[in-house]
Amino acid sequence: MHPVEMLFDALLLLSMVVLAWQGVHARNLFRAVVSFMMFGLLTAVAWVRLEAPDIALAEAALGAGLTGALLLATLGRLDQGGRATRLRTTFMRFSLPWMALGLAGTTLLLAVTLALPAPGLDEAVLRAMPAAGVDSPVTAVLLNFRAWDTLLEIAVMLLAVVALWSLGQDVLASTPRLPAPALPALVRLLFPLFLLSTFYLLWRGGHGPGGAFPAGALLAAGLVLALLAGARVPERMTGAPLRCALAAGLLAFLMVAVGVMADRGVFFAYPPQHAPILIAMVEIAAGLSIGVMLTALFLGGEPTDVEGGPS
Amino acid sequence: MSLPPGTLFLLAAALLFAIGAHGLVTCRHLLRKVLALNVATTGVFLLLVTLGRSGTAVDPVPHAMVLTGIVVALSTTAVALGLIVRLQRQRP
Amino acid sequence: MSALAGVVLIVMGLLFFLSGTVGLLRFPDVFTRLHAISKADTLALGLVCAGLALHADYGALQLKLLLIWLLVIVSGATCSSLIARAALAHGIRPWQR
Repeated sequence: MHPVEMLFDALLLLSMVVLAWQGVHARNLFRAVVSFMMFGLLTAVAWVRLEAPDIALAEAALGAGLTGALLLATLGRLDQGGRATRLRTTFMRFSLPWMALGLAGTTLLLAVTLALPAPGLDEAVLRAMPAAGVDSPVTAVLLNFRAWDTLLEIAVMLLAVVALWSLGQDVLASTPRLPAPALPALVRLLFPLFLLSTFYLLWRGGHGPGGAFPAGALLAAGLVLALLAGARVPERMTGAPLRCALAAGLLAFLMVAVGVMADRGVFFAYPPQHAPILIAMVEIAAGLSIGVMLTALFLGGEPTDVEGGPS
Repeated sequence: MSLPPGTLFLLAAALLFAIGAHGLVTCRHLLRKVLALNVATTGVFLLLVTLGRSGTAVDPVPHAMVLTGIVVALSTTAVALGLIVRLQRQRP
Repeated sequence: MSALAGVVLIVMGLLFFLSGTVGLLRFPDVFTRLHAISKADTLALGLVCAGLALHADYGALQLKLLLIWLLVIVSGATCSSLIARAALAHGIRPWQR
């Protein structure tokens, strides 16, 4: 590696570590949240350095954007000026043993990982690629080889939405508190671009970096931006249509998984001649559903016809 | 430089995890605990992807795991934050 | 020739980034800091994008760089306006004297 690249990496990672420390231990919570958001942005840059553009995109939309919006919204909901937030502890009694333990763990981890056998699963994936039905190895792993895991991950997301709704929280007030004419104008300008890039990523998932997860993240970012600018759901979208949109990804995934059992009797064994179209269907349904679920997670409670919701 | 490629990223991953785990234990405010958990998660993701690059080709399996992991981490964060708000409403 | 011009443009862009950052660190209140960072960084990014476009081989890449610059102009201006309005709403008066 070129020394300049190494220097850049070192600077990047050093600022990530410092921001992470500030994100946990900064003096007030607002400062901590903002440091954490900057940490998320730098993490996205680190993914680019690791040649993982799809992860970088998901991280920029979720790790920095949506998580930050969620944290700031929670800060607004919590009443400030309460108890002291820091655990009073002496450096010697608490931090020193932890630091020693952490240092020992780090050294061990480095020693172990450097001694790991180099080949991972890349060769196995490469050998199975001709039967995968898509050209992108990441999408093949996500929606074919390990589709079972992805199905359960989407189920976890749906469970998270259900858990949040069952907490009986009020929906985040969608009207901005201060008049800001620039934001709605920006959203009107950018929202079509968000939709366009979502579908571009869904289409691209078959043969390059992209796919359901970055697409869903981008769609959610667009929807949340619209909500922040004061957009509201049309009333007919709340209730059953919203629930259908939330469950669509999981349902389509399950239907395909069970449907292909008619062919060979194996869960998720795509018949090779139909694999591309089936995977594309699952990818589109999952991507859109992930976007709606993430937006629902941002909103908190279940939108009724009085309050706002995804536009 | 004689360092193997990715050493810096592994070191940062370990440090991030350590910061997260340390914060999870020492912070009293629940929101800080959630932030610490997220930092630790990022450390794990960084470790996974860096290890996936140490072979001859880029290993797509950790890639896919991290991609879904980010989304699941956000779901966890959202539920945790909802619980925190609810907890504070009940016990002022 | 165009490679050299590209490098010159990128270096100029970096200088503007530097001046914007100095302004961010040295100016007295949030409004003057926004003034420094928004204008200088927009111009700096434009110069860097122009420099990179001179190095790019094919047209689509140059269009993408142009799109990046336009998106940053639009979102940067909106963000600055939002931050300034939020500061005013919080009762922060612009720095006088």
